[in-house]
Amino acid sequence: MSSVSEPLQAPAPPQPKDYKSALKPIWCPGCGDFAVLNAITKALAHQALPAEDVALITGIGCSSRIAAYASVYGFHGVHGRALALAAGLKAARPDLAVLVAGGDGDGLSIGGNHFLHACRRNQDLTYILMDNQVYGMTKGQASPTTAADWTDSKLTPHGTGITPFQPTSLALAAGASFVARGFSGDPNGLAHLLVEAMQHPGFAVVHVLSPCPTYRPEQMDWKKVVGPFDVEETSDPMEAMHRVQADDGMSTGFIYRDRRPAWQPASQAERSDLPAIEAEFSL
Amino acid sequence: MSRSDCSIALTGSGGAGAITAGELLLRLAGRQGGYGLMRRSFGPQIRGGEAAALLRFATAPVGCMNDVYDVFLALDWRNAERFGDEIPLGAKSLVLHDPAAGPVPEAIVASGARLLELPLKALAGDLEGGRPNMIALGALAALIGLERASGKTLIEARFVAKGSAIVEASTAAFNAGFTVIETAEDPELATAWRIAWDGDAAGIDERWSLTGNEGCGLGALRGGVRFAAAYPITPASDMLEWLAPRLEQLGGCLLQAEDELASINMVTGASFGGVPAMTATSGPGLSLMLEGMGLAVASETPALVVNVMRGGPSTGIPTKSEQADLDQALHGLHGDAPHLVLGALDHADCVLTTEWATRLAEQLQTVAVVLSDQNLAQSRVLTAAPDYTLPALEGRVEATASDAYERYALTESGVSPMARPGTPGCMYTADGLEHAASGQPSTAAAVHAAQLDKRERKITDHDYGDFWAEIRNYPGDGAPTLALLTWGSTTGAVREAAERLAAKGRAVRVIALRLLAPARPAALAGALAGIDEVLVIEQSHSRQFHRYLRAHYDFDQPLDVLARPGPILFTPGEIVTHIEQETRS
Repeated sequence: MSSVSEPLQAPAPPQPKDYKSALKPIWCPGCGDFAVLNAITKALAHQALPAEDVALITGIGCSSRIAAYASVYGFHGVHGRALALAAGLKAARPDLAVLVAGGDGDGLSIGGNHFLHACRRNQDLTYILMDNQVYGMTKGQASPTTAADWTDSKLTPHGTGITPFQPTSLALAAGASFVARGFSGDPNGLAHLLVEAMQHPGFAVVHVLSPCPTYRPEQMDWKKVVGPFDVEETSDPMEAMHRVQADDGMSTGFIYRDRRPAWQPASQAERSDLPAIEAEFSL
Repeated sequence: MSRSDCSIALTGSGGAGAITAGELLLRLAGRQGGYGLMRRSFGPQIRGGEAAALLRFATAPVGCMNDVYDVFLALDWRNAERFGDEIPLGAKSLVLHDPAAGPVPEAIVASGARLLELPLKALAGDLEGGRPNMIALGALAALIGLERASGKTLIEARFVAKGSAIVEASTAAFNAGFTVIETAEDPELATAWRIAWDGDAAGIDERWSLTGNEGCGLGALRGGVRFAAAYPITPASDMLEWLAPRLEQLGGCLLQAEDELASINMVTGASFGGVPAMTATSGPGLSLMLEGMGLAVASETPALVVNVMRGGPSTGIPTKSEQADLDQALHGLHGDAPHLVLGALDHADCVLTTEWATRLAEQLQTVAVVLSDQNLAQSRVLTAAPDYTLPALEGRVEATASDAYERYALTESGVSPMARPGTPGCMYTADGLEHAASGQPSTAAAVHAAQLDKRERKITDHDYGDFWAEIRNYPGDGAPTLALLTWGSTTGAVREAAERLAAKGRAVRVIALRLLAPARPAALAGALAGIDEVLVIEQSHSRQFHRYLRAHYDFDQPLDVLARPGPILFTPGEIVTHIEQETRS
């Protein structure tokens, strides 16, 4: 028994590893998603968030497996619908910190409509879009961010011939209130972006360049071309749009931040109860 | 001479006020101790189309429209022929028509109904601000024996917000119409359609005016739903519009989703967060939700889906009723995905069935689909306030902090405690991937089999008590040997057909299934004791209910089927006729 004269020991601050589950990721060696997981756990530890007050919601795809690799509350849902799951969760449980993660196919193809409306809705969510410009889990098909002339997929042997999406442009156009780009090759920088994104009171999109060593081995050279934006973030959407359109998609850092309040379901009605509601039916 | 029952059709082009007049007439009858039912029928136009208020008044509760309309009042004849199928007339029917509206359409003349002029426009022209629909209201109120004074009170209450000029003009119009009938030279007008209202004022306070959509909304609130997400779709939208402000009043919320793919996932997300949650939709919307419903089943997340059936497939006949989403509600999910499917039997039963479904979904951690239809959803009934006591359910079993928490633990009942996010020590990942007890994804055959068994067991082994069906004998001469087997809103017409048969001495048993999945073969076999002939009655072209019965139940009796698609609803008379012509005893 310790003496009452001893000073109380402050609990040890949480470490990133405290937010990792015991599950071993299924990802290929060299996959950028390992670093994204590390950045997430670093960001959580930095904020010392109780793990039980955090939810990580994902859809389907290699990157969407990330939910089970963190020891927070998670939901590994169906393809493309993570943002809808998260919207319902956050509306019902505004007390939770809700992160959403997924890949370019999940978020911009099958889930594209949910992405647009999540940006527009501006709920207080953090969306981590892990972009490797390919469907990895289904073994290498073109995604909405794949270059038009990429011919390595048996599904589109002549290339898609279709102009890819620029995710940050989409996010800006659809009304996201925080837009940034990170790189899995810079996990500390990414963790910093994620902390800011989580503390932003609205829908924060963090576009993460996360290479696929298996189906897009050429992306392993991204580390040679990725570098920080040479300008500061802006709160002017036109300026931000101009910047991301002029950029080659390989610049990282804060892009846009709008301090408008996050959307929450209305709660201004005078409180009532069931008996009063049922009385409306009386003749 | 007076009657106990009178059916009235009131039609007019959009904006003529047929629906408003119909609603007021129903309320007036309710205040006088009567029962009634009102369906609204619309053409496809958003505005300016034709509208019909289809009404039935009676001294006892009614659950369906009658075979023939006793009175047809047309505010004008524009597109009135569109309602021809829905407003059967007979030689004893009375058609009230305005000579200023032009000649009576030939099909109506051909019915042999008595035609009587009611100069709505001329009477309205004599009154400043007089509206033909209020004159019609007054005339119909007088015709069925309602009190003049209560009309004034009701009009005041309804139009007070529009100012005293409107109230006065409407009251004057109501009185003018009332006087026309009251002072008519033909004595038949004062007596032939008059209902002998019992005027039981004591019972009025326990009576409700309720639509099926309101009933489902209320049942969900009673069951504890405090979150809804939905995408607008006819004929479910007015349930959502009813719910939105009331959820907010109860501290919950309704999210308008970007589509049905989102709404079912929003529901699942909210429910994962610990808040009982629902959506409401109709056929095509349910199709979009099936993927998400599979996720809720696999992840064992409670979710309530109210599906208000309309004519299908595809956009079909969105404003009219059918019972043809049974197949997709039962079998639409991918994989082996046991879940609950219930059907509401009448307006008041929408409350019971939806509350029960919500509580079952919470208890059994699965998806509950409640099937209603346009017939119930958008019609208004004067009914006894719902009075029922559901079987006790403990509600969602929540996990408490534990070092060895397993979200999908293989329990005897199949229900495993569900941790509410925020609970320390129980962090888990809900998963649509097959998973072991811990939640960890697994492709192992034994794990798959064990989890499939668990998800099935919790539903099939649950004791649903007596609520799985409504079983009622209608005694005639001897015990019933014929059972009428039905579900959903068709139950209203079947019950009344049974009453009529019993009154003629033919005993019948009505079995209306409220719980469609899981099937209860032993319970139905018990309910069929003593029965040697079964008539299946449903509103579906491909006989979906009949095929469902054949797949899940064993019958010792021969089965006859009375089935047809929407939108023409069954009436009691045609069921009686079918039984008298087609059944043996």
